[in-house]
Amino acid sequence: MNYFLTEEQQMIKELAARIADEKIAPVAIEYDIEGKFPHDIIKYLADSDLCGVYIEEKYGGLGGGVFEMALVVEELSRACGGIALAFAGTGLGTFPIILFGSEEQKQKYLPDIAAGKKLAAFGLTEANAGSDAAGIQTTAVLDGDHYVLNGTKQWITNGGEADVYTVIACTNREKGARGFSAFIVEKGTPGFSFGKKEDKMGIRASSTRELIFENCRIPKENLLAREGMGFIVAMKTLDRTRPGVAAQALGIATGALNAALKYSRERIQFNQPISSFQAVQHMLADMAIQIEAARALVYQTCRHIDSGAKNISKESAMAKVFASDTAMKVTIDAVQILGGYGYMKEYPVEKMMRDAKITQIYEGTNQIQRNVIALELIKELSSK
Amino acid sequence: MNIIVCVKQVPGTNEVKINKETNTIIREGVEAIINPFDEYAIEEGVRIKEKTGGKVTVISMGIPKVADLLKETIAVGVDEAVLLSDRAFAGADTLATSYALSMGIKALGEYDLIICGKQATDGDTAQVGPSLAEKLNIPHTTYVRKIEEIKDGYIRCQRLTDDGYEVIEMPLPAVITVVKEINEPRLPSIKGKLKAKKTEVKILTADDIGADKDRCGLKGSPTQVIKTFVPEHNVVAEMIEGTAEEQAKKLAQKLLSMQFMKAR
Repeated sequence: MNYFLTEEQQMIKELAARIADEKIAPVAIEYDIEGKFPHDIIKYLADSDLCGVYIEEKYGGLGGGVFEMALVVEELSRACGGIALAFAGTGLGTFPIILFGSEEQKQKYLPDIAAGKKLAAFGLTEANAGSDAAGIQTTAVLDGDHYVLNGTKQWITNGGEADVYTVIACTNREKGARGFSAFIVEKGTPGFSFGKKEDKMGIRASSTRELIFENCRIPKENLLAREGMGFIVAMKTLDRTRPGVAAQALGIATGALNAALKYSRERIQFNQPISSFQAVQHMLADMAIQIEAARALVYQTCRHIDSGAKNISKESAMAKVFASDTAMKVTIDAVQILGGYGYMKEYPVEKMMRDAKITQIYEGTNQIQRNVIALELIKELSSK
Repeated sequence: MNIIVCVKQVPGTNEVKINKETNTIIREGVEAIINPFDEYAIEEGVRIKEKTGGKVTVISMGIPKVADLLKETIAVGVDEAVLLSDRAFAGADTLATSYALSMGIKALGEYDLIICGKQATDGDTAQVGPSLAEKLNIPHTTYVRKIEEIKDGYIRCQRLTDDGYEVIEMPLPAVITVVKEINEPRLPSIKGKLKAKKTEVKILTADDIGADKDRCGLKGSPTQVIKTFVPEHNVVAEMIEGTAEEQAKKLAQKLLSMQFMKAR
């Protein structure tokens, strides 16, 4: 299908595909088994200028938007959804600065992120604040020229590996959702440490750790936007990065279809390739239909967001739900087509099935996404 | 340092097909790529430039379409691309090719080092590099696996041999041909690709470089291809397995049974 990408978008997609095929695919299972963080792959992305595709040119990026980010994530995820997350998680940590950072903050942080010298991470989730983000316990108290942070963030992608963390903390308990604020915290700040590395089902090449703040003093100028804007920073950021999760799911699904299709042509049973059986053909066709539909939705959502549209929560949630549910279904079917081999680590699809699951869970579970979509539908109706 | 890298367009496949009537390579319908060994030559040239300053120029001889491939090299750090293209160059063997390249290089002006891939994956002759050096009357080293030192008028490099390597010193300018052990070619960058898009490849004809047309192309090629074939390998190898001791025992028994040695 021709999605009418610009010449530059086509270049970005092709280069990311080359890195996926040549550099990531051969090592994906090794990184998965060992839980190894892909520093060397980041270097390839950096040298190819891909780390800054979604960052403005004046900060050293390529001046693209959510679409360019999604194209890279999709291609990398075709080879490994976990390795792709080092890039996508950095996008999640960087968007608060892109959207709400002051000129000084942008000057200070964006060039190194665009150059791939620094990774970023986003700290929202806590042990008791997942879908209900209002339950955040981490606090930030102003003390002279500093904010003092206390609390623990949980399951933070790129935790320990990133240099720049955007963190949501409570600055005024009485104001409810308006009592949260967003801060930039640099790795190495006294009082800022990392908890254990989580042992995960999938996306194992990605680092997932706790961020621990113990009387961590950060300069007052590290506040993003204004006090009380934390919740808005988080929601606006997630609206723009959910298509990234969708693209990750899309890439994983595409990789699984490719593997299943290739296998179905090679596997001989009853003296013929299994691709000649209608039962297998229909599975392959359904996988392809769902993937193409997901791609059309994800790409169009990205274009909608990059056009500067104001209300993007519903569309962004739809893309994430549809692509991630597709990835789960397609990877399960891919394992089924490969049969016993599909269940073995020797073939890539069992890993893809493990990797796919997280896309239905993080950056808002698909249940929460459906809540968002339904609430927007109701809101639209009542405003008519 | 001014570095010139010679590159060749080859078919992008391992299965080179031969036209049985003319005994030449069929290039139609096959995607064209830069000879893979030349990628290492380009990378080495760019690395030297990044250390010492100067510029890297790629040069090739071929049909006008080769210009598109040369443009791609800009995306990995090459500064200028030159294509020698003229009907007079068509049908050249290694002698006529190295003559045309030498004339083209002379026309480019001053240079310190010429780098070629060790051979092209289509013809596999490995002759153009050394032949080019002879035409330019400068020294050369083939199969370079590492440059130990390079500075004004001097290069010291390691030449890969069957059982190790030799260290060779030469004055510059000189020609080296490189093997894949020398580096890992970088991927292009987006900014490089955007620059490549805007770059014009300089196209030079036989007249532009003052080449004698009788020494170019088919006219200047004494080589006549009578037959192309893959030589048969009659060597039968048997791998002996086991621990070192077991292997030695089995090997000795084998040699005894074949009467290559006698038991004492």
